[in-house]
Amino acid sequence: MSEAGGRAIGVETVGMTKIFGSLTALEDVSIRVRPGTLHALLGENGAGKSTLVKCMMGFYQPTRGEMLVDGHEAAIRNPREASDAKLGMVYQHFTLVPSLTAAENLVVSRPDCPAIVDWKREIAALEEFMARMPFRVPLTTPVDNLSAGEKQKLEILKQLYLDRRFVVLDEPTSVLTPDEADEMLGLLKGMTTRGELTILMITHKFREVTAYADEVSILRRGRYVGGGLVGEMTTDDMARLMIGDTEIRERAARLEHGPSPVVLDLTAVYASDDDGLPAVTSVDLKVHAGEIVGIAGVSGNGQSELVEVLSGQRDLDDGRILVHGQGFEPVRDQMDKLKVFSLQEEPLRNSAVPRMTVAENIALRTFDKPPITSLGWWLSPGPMRAKARELIDRYRVKTPSTEEPMENLSGGNVQRAVLARELSGDVDVLIVANPCFGLDFASVSEIRSQILEQRNRGAAVLLVSEDLDEILELADRVAVMSGGRITLQAPIGATDRNAIGHAMAGGH
Amino acid sequence: MSDALTTVAVAMFAGAVRVSTPFLFVSLGETLTEKSGRINLGLEGTLVFGAMSAYAVSYLSGNPWVGVLAAGLAGSVFGMAHGFFCRLPKVSDIAIGIALMLFGSGLAFFFGKGFIQPTAPRLQAIDFGFLTSDPQLKVALQINPLFFIGLALAVVMWWALANTRFGLIVRMTGDSAATAKAMGVSVDLVRFVATTIGGFLAGVGGAFLSLYYPGSWNEGLSSGQGLMAVALVIFSRWNPLMCVAAALLFGAAGALGPALQSVGISQGYHFFNAAPHILTLAILIASSSSKRSLEGAPGELSITK
Repeated sequence: MSEAGGRAIGVETVGMTKIFGSLTALEDVSIRVRPGTLHALLGENGAGKSTLVKCMMGFYQPTRGEMLVDGHEAAIRNPREASDAKLGMVYQHFTLVPSLTAAENLVVSRPDCPAIVDWKREIAALEEFMARMPFRVPLTTPVDNLSAGEKQKLEILKQLYLDRRFVVLDEPTSVLTPDEADEMLGLLKGMTTRGELTILMITHKFREVTAYADEVSILRRGRYVGGGLVGEMTTDDMARLMIGDTEIRERAARLEHGPSPVVLDLTAVYASDDDGLPAVTSVDLKVHAGEIVGIAGVSGNGQSELVEVLSGQRDLDDGRILVHGQGFEPVRDQMDKLKVFSLQEEPLRNSAVPRMTVAENIALRTFDKPPITSLGWWLSPGPMRAKARELIDRYRVKTPSTEEPMENLSGGNVQRAVLARELSGDVDVLIVANPCFGLDFASVSEIRSQILEQRNRGAAVLLVSEDLDEILELADRVAVMSGGRITLQAPIGATDRNAIGHAMAGGH
Repeated sequence: MSDALTTVAVAMFAGAVRVSTPFLFVSLGETLTEKSGRINLGLEGTLVFGAMSAYAVSYLSGNPWVGVLAAGLAGSVFGMAHGFFCRLPKVSDIAIGIALMLFGSGLAFFFGKGFIQPTAPRLQAIDFGFLTSDPQLKVALQINPLFFIGLALAVVMWWALANTRFGLIVRMTGDSAATAKAMGVSVDLVRFVATTIGGFLAGVGGAFLSLYYPGSWNEGLSSGQGLMAVALVIFSRWNPLMCVAAALLFGAAGALGPALQSVGISQGYHFFNAAPHILTLAILIASSSSKRSLEGAPGELSITK
């Protein structure tokens, strides 16, 4: 591809502003992405990163401001015009059609898709295209059956197939193992260096920024707060720009316990996924009192099924779960008796009723006990609200009142309210799944401290997380899940990021 | 005894071919609609209204095929209505479907009152009787052309869903509306078109009922066949070719009662007549599981979401 050089295009935003009603999501943001570079866009959740790129891609119309494509002013009024200008975006949530094959997905995405598809010819052309690409994906398998990494690759291939020269990647490595992420970013970096492509990458992983990006722009609360060449900035600089002067709660210290008894004991646990296929295979795991066992792994390797089994949302196919040496069946009575609690991922879906009030949600574990219930059936709202008010204060849940529907709270506050419900009592076993996903720094820090406090108090904590840094920070022991099995189990001091990364990919 | 068995087998074969046609048309129409991501439960009403309009137009024009066309067009109007209402925000396709089911039947009874008495010209079967000398088979081999049209349609639909732009876009819309929107496809338009075609096919299915078998117009004509056809789509896993097999199976089940009566077993006649309904229930129970999600179900369907 000798003529490939110079194909990449540069994009610039000038004074981009987007106002939704009373909320200013983006204020006067000017960033410049030079052609043939890998440019990182850093910022906390809600900092305006997605608003900015959605304005660039024509999904939103900016309230003010304009865009320059290759130095010329360009009006991008809808995604189609972005596509015409050879701009494209890979979303965090896949935009592939699950039941269609990779080839069907690629062909149907083409604006000039023929009315009658000659599959023989199309497949030949696609194979020839794949041969020129840095990575490959099986063409005739339905996307459903591809791994998350393959789907991510296919999304990027789709952009290249459609001849996009400027591509926005929204957290492209969140579903990849560290090795896969390194491989993909390395190959993409190669393409930008050769001038075939320009990439704007939304990320929150400093490691990826320092290793692969040429330049970085940082947003905070809808404003551009700094940036420049990656080589001239330290991660501390970047972190400070991202967080600003928000007060962050001091992390609780880690208490060292002596040897302690096993509290949660899983033996040969098997479970199936929604399609009836094995998802959890022969998992053995012991969690001691006062210990956090972190389960690392790329999403979709059986972790969510395991958590669902432990929280009673999915049937156990085979195996045994013991808590304090007693058989544990995840039903309300036993959870109450054995003091098993959980913080689930997507709390609004898994652990709260969106349209019930905050007070009712906080009472979900205790509504049938005194003081809320008297005579075994009479519920009094007074004590329920009083209890809720106390917990709302203690856990700093921001809500207008105890009677606000749960769904109106922000993600961080929903998680705090659930935290208040689950952790305010006496906890022996705590099951935690991706507790900080999508939360701002202050909430993340608060929630991690609470988990650590429970550990220090002597609870057995099982922490499932897709964020390896979270596991390295919190866990005493790490277990890695890959393909439904535990591929590695080690004390946190006896392993490292590389070994964990290999185990995530299924190796030993 | 073996004579009786043969008689029952032949009668069931004949029944399968004869009774299956409306099932086939309705389920093909519903397959296309559901592939685009919507459920149209109103096809029962469309079927009844199609039957009425086919009979009326055939009577008035003297040509049964004009009646078939009229039934298809009337069905399309019902499909369009469904497609139109469902694109409004916060409207449930299930609720609209039930409303249209009642509305279609009611409207058909209202307009159809005057056509219960007169006799309209009926569709002629193609006689394949020359293939055999057996008198029973000779009768069974009187096959309506609509049956063959239905078979051809199933094959064409199966091919088109995999090999045409239209087919790919319908499947994309039904499986991931967000993706379709991101590609600039109008989801509402695709579903509107798919529901309209689905309504057309259901209307034609109705025409078969009033113009061939049973071959007259009355208010109890359909007895829920349109609803059973919707269940049949789930059983066929949204595959047009499987629709053919399922329709034949349902047809044969429907012919069980009359077939047994023809050899003198009249005990439990009404029970055997209920065979298709029992089969619907049995199949739905057997093919679903509390642990698995439905295999092959379009991701956007409101029942599978």
